Amino acid sequence: MSDEPVLKAVNLVKIYSDGAVPVPAVRGVDLQVEAGEFVAVMGPSGSGKSTLVHMLGGLDKRTSGEIWLDGQRADTLSESAWALLRRKKIGFVFQFFNLVANMTVADNVELPALLAGASTKEARERRESLLDALNLTGRADAAPAQLSGGEQQRVALARALANQPSVLLADEPTGNLDSRNTRDVLRLLGQVHKDGQTIVMVTHDARVAALADRVVSLLDGEIVDDGRLSRPRRRTVGEVIDLR
Amino acid sequence: MRLHLLALLAKEPAHGYELKQALEQTFGSAYPSPNIGQIYVTLGRLEKDGLVRSVGVEQSNRPNKKVYYLTAKGRDVLHLWVDEPTEGPRVRDEFFMKLVLAPMTGIADRMVLINRQRRHYLSLMKDLNELLDRTPPEDKIATLLIEGAMLHLQADLDWLERCQEDLS
Repeated sequence: MSDEPVLKAVNLVKIYSDGAVPVPAVRGVDLQVEAGEFVAVMGPSGSGKSTLVHMLGGLDKRTSGEIWLDGQRADTLSESAWALLRRKKIGFVFQFFNLVANMTVADNVELPALLAGASTKEARERRESLLDALNLTGRADAAPAQLSGGEQQRVALARALANQPSVLLADEPTGNLDSRNTRDVLRLLGQVHKDGQTIVMVTHDARVAALADRVVSLLDGEIVDDGRLSRPRRRTVGEVIDLR
Repeated sequence: MRLHLLALLAKEPAHGYELKQALEQTFGSAYPSPNIGQIYVTLGRLEKDGLVRSVGVEQSNRPNKKVYYLTAKGRDVLHLWVDEPTEGPRVRDEFFMKLVLAPMTGIADRMVLINRQRRHYLSLMKDLNELLDRTPPEDKIATLLIEGAMLHLQADLDWLERCQEDLS
């Protein structure tokens, strides 16, 4: 799997045809994500970025094209087979945290690992280390509603990482957070990326996008730019931007 | 820098090197370290304009050092500066002029210009992320300065997106 991209899309198309007129949302996207890469997907609203990421994760059915996950063709699988593959290989974070309201924080985080086939012991150990890394150990027995938005998003991130996914897919994970909580989530994403996690993330938040190695820009359902960001240089704020 | 030095001198009289240190301590790592030569040149001009005055203080086994203090006129100028509203940052019209004019000449494509500019802004944001990372959170002044720069960059990027939607 070394030279195999973690995620590959070939001429991916999505046309919504529920209305009177078919609406093309994604119009022939080719994308290849290598292991350990952090790709930010940017673009105006309606450019197809959420649809693209949802398709890559199997949450939205493609109209045509191919999706490959760890060298395996995913889009031709049956719905249940893809669901199984998804549990093992994909972690999801959304703008709204989508935690299970009547389960504790600990159970929310353990669930995906258990669904992916981990033993109870493995799932618990993984949960403990994740909550610890996110400074949430003290909140393990709380219900999601008792947490602040920033804490809920950190739990959602822990949950997404619980099954040690090949790729973490995220759709505006900081879209609903204030700047302090954004900073916490940012630090965390930087950390998991440094530890080798492959990430594909839709965001309009430039601070989050700037953590990525590579930025893909969409416009009207097509990729209009795909490039690597240069490594940060150590500078003072006055050298980076002239405020006056 | 004139008014920044006046403000520091309104607190207490100081010599040039102390002013440099005060600027560094107040603004922290985020701000470019002020050049001592520039501080002395500025103090000389302020003195010539009657906004500050200096007295020589004797030092054992060293040349006298000049300690500067604020004059009444200097205090008036400082008050005027503090009381008047401050101009906001200007729109970055340099890029906009390129964006509008370059395609007319056939030199460049708008999409190429916008994409290149976006990468540039995001690289600047990467530098700011790095800067924020190594700024201790208790250094509030530096942190706010960096966050301000980040918000400006975010606005520039949002505006770039608007340009891309409407001009391409």
